[in-house]
Amino acid sequence: MSDVRVRHASVSSWIGTTIVVLATVALAAAPWWAERADLRLLAEIYAYVALASLWNLLAGYAGLVSVGQQAYVGLGAYVLFGLAMLAGVHPLAAIPIAGFAAALVAVPVAALIFRLRGHYFAIGTWVVAEVFRLLAAQTSALDGGSGTSLPAAVVLSIASSRQMREFTIYWIALAQVVVILFAIVWLLRSRYGLALTAIRDNELGARSNGIDVVRIKYAVYVAVAFGTAMLGALIFLQKIRISPDTAFSVNDWTAFVIFITVIGGIGRIEGPIIGTVIFFLLRQTLADLGAIYLLILGVVAIAVMLWAPKGLWGLVADRFGWQVFPLQRRLVLKKR
Amino acid sequence: MRDRLLEVRGLDAHYGDFQALFGVSMHVAEGEVVAVIGANGAGKSTLLKCIAGAMAVRGNAVLFHGVPIGGGPAHETVARGVALVPEGRRLFPSLSVEENLLVGGQIGRKGPWNLKRVYELFPMLEERRHQPSPSLSGGQQQMVAIGRALMSNPTLLLCDEISLGLAPIVIRDIYARIPAIAAEGLSLVIVEQDIVQALKTARHVYCLQEGRVTLHGEAKTLTREKISAAYFGV
Amino acid sequence: MEWLNTILQGILLGGLYAMFAAGLSLIFGVMRLVNIAHGDLIVLAAYVALVTVQALGINPLLSLVIVVPVMALIGYVLQRALLNRTLGDDLLPPLLVTFGLSVIIQNGLLELFTADSVKLNAGAVEIESIAVGGGLAIGVLPLIQFALAVAVIAGLQWLFYRTAIGRAFRATSDDPSSAQLMGLNNSHVFGLAMALSLAIVAIVGVLLAVRSNFDPAIGPARLIFGFEAVIIGGLGSMWGTLAGGIILGVAQAIGAQLDPGWNLLAGHIAFLVVLALRPQGLFPKVQG
Repeated sequence: MSDVRVRHASVSSWIGTTIVVLATVALAAAPWWAERADLRLLAEIYAYVALASLWNLLAGYAGLVSVGQQAYVGLGAYVLFGLAMLAGVHPLAAIPIAGFAAALVAVPVAALIFRLRGHYFAIGTWVVAEVFRLLAAQTSALDGGSGTSLPAAVVLSIASSRQMREFTIYWIALAQVVVILFAIVWLLRSRYGLALTAIRDNELGARSNGIDVVRIKYAVYVAVAFGTAMLGALIFLQKIRISPDTAFSVNDWTAFVIFITVIGGIGRIEGPIIGTVIFFLLRQTLADLGAIYLLILGVVAIAVMLWAPKGLWGLVADRFGWQVFPLQRRLVLKKR
Repeated sequence: MRDRLLEVRGLDAHYGDFQALFGVSMHVAEGEVVAVIGANGAGKSTLLKCIAGAMAVRGNAVLFHGVPIGGGPAHETVARGVALVPEGRRLFPSLSVEENLLVGGQIGRKGPWNLKRVYELFPMLEERRHQPSPSLSGGQQQMVAIGRALMSNPTLLLCDEISLGLAPIVIRDIYARIPAIAAEGLSLVIVEQDIVQALKTARHVYCLQEGRVTLHGEAKTLTREKISAAYFGV
Repeated sequence: MEWLNTILQGILLGGLYAMFAAGLSLIFGVMRLVNIAHGDLIVLAAYVALVTVQALGINPLLSLVIVVPVMALIGYVLQRALLNRTLGDDLLPPLLVTFGLSVIIQNGLLELFTADSVKLNAGAVEIESIAVGGGLAIGVLPLIQFALAVAVIAGLQWLFYRTAIGRAFRATSDDPSSAQLMGLNNSHVFGLAMALSLAIVAIVGVLLAVRSNFDPAIGPARLIFGFEAVIIGGLGSMWGTLAGGIILGVAQAIGAQLDPGWNLLAGHIAFLVVLALRPQGLFPKVQG
């Protein structure tokens, strides 16, 4: 037995990891080489990679197909606005608080909606998001249904110069996506990752092998809520304006995220990244089409689901055996 | 060869990467009762599923009236006159006895079998016609399963382990009806683990072992030694 | 008296919700599929009615003669061409495909009919009402709506337990592979179930269009109301679904009476309370 050990890395994952590290360094330096509009676009891309990666963890690995993650985007955003405007908390400090608040809320929410089986769970998550949206619309302190904007004093407290504010938000957005991806890779490489992969591949089998499926799902749901809320908080800190309809938008925070993940490759870490790139490429070319754009995206997602259910990255990975992140476990014999 | 109702030729069957049948060939003449015997996992049920059109196999590996029917779809195979009494009976639990029978007849093939005839064959079902099917005893459920298959007025009836889990007296009772069923001019393929019962009922016997036909012949010519050699491979 | 009226209106509204739910639970019962596009299909039916009424100049209620078969046909084709391919052990494909469908229908309608809200005018019947004494009056239209809901549920009950196609639905629901071996063509049976579901959707869509303003974006909320009625009533029980719809309608009416902003919220809260205290629903089907 001692002659065998588990290796995660492969040649392609060494190359992949190197590219990821170099890209991260280059992107961290973006304020020195990119235009302001590009920075905003990049920050948006990071947000979608992160949102899609979290949804992928939820649906692709833990089998919790939620169509209500906008609940936590909006909740995080509203907590930040509430703390900054009503309690005088520094907006950057409010981001992690928003995450913890959402995790706290997710505990009882999960207890409720986990009672719904399979498909009905999905709609249950949507009901929760609707309840949050309606409650936000009832919050008169934040101007209820019509929404509100962050006052200038709060905005200025991020950094006094506009340039520095934009850089700060950009770096936090980059840090968020890097940390989230890193955390997911770490999670999937841990023994919980093995359990999650087992659940993804065969839930019944996982259950009979003594994996506490419910507890793991519970933990993943709460952790994803935590991350999603922090992302939501930053997204709306950048937007400065919030309203219940934008913060709890099912199109922006769920439909896009699901399409990105499905097109890129569900149940794979690389999927959401590839999906986001395709999503933004399509958007840059088709954005003028308005509603047609979403329609096309829906058609593409259905086509991928039916004919390439592992997504575009799945096609690549199956054909060439590539993996960017060192996740696969291989048994190797030690040399004596 | 007009009397060859069913012909299986070089049939291979797979479950994913696992091959369950290797070049199986058999034939059933019109009005004949054929038994397929073999140990657990020999591929008997798989063979019946292939004939019934429930597995993806080569079309011309299964010929019925000379027409290739391999690979189904199963509902069309039923319409052609092949009916299956599945292993473990597989009644519809939320349907009553009579509703189970009616589902079998829904295909609308003309022939001698209808509710009245099935109740004549199995009188105890008529008294229980409105009971939910799970409330019946195992033997009665097996009668419903046979009746349900007969309701489609098949020319070939496939019976998968109808003795499974039943008391010997019940098994004898059910097998006692087989001649009455065959008298209507239909052919039967009976899969059995109970060799004695199989040899008593069938004219021809095929023995499967690990997915291959290891023995076939007329029931009365087969000796106990030959059969156990084919059965266990010893 | 005001409260009595509120509850009465809530009950009548509940009929509509029960019909949202009936089509949803029908296909879940037969093929374990939750159609996320259900609400958007209701809105699609409303627009089909709109086009029919505009083209033929007929009363919206009469347009049912056309909208029902059109939607049923759409349902059959949709099931056979698309949804049957998604059915299997994996929950993900049907969910994601119907979710994609929902987005496609919404944005397709948006492109064709703009985001402006419209309404169908059914004429004098809309304002007629019947006095029931004590200063209470029941609108004729809500009454028709409720009567239709009861008729739809009773009709489904009859179809499921008294007809050959209902028997096929139940048999396929019990054991699809065995049903196929007994000569039922599952693809066809599922197609018929979806056709029936969308026939109900057509009735609901026309009623919705006559009742209030509608626009391409209101579908998801109808899905959610239908879903809540199903869960409150208990899975697999059709009369339970009617009760679930009524409870949801009454909760919303009471909420709206307290504060207009609490209309929808009160309904959701009723749902969450049932889910917390009685997750199997109030009237679950007893397994025989």
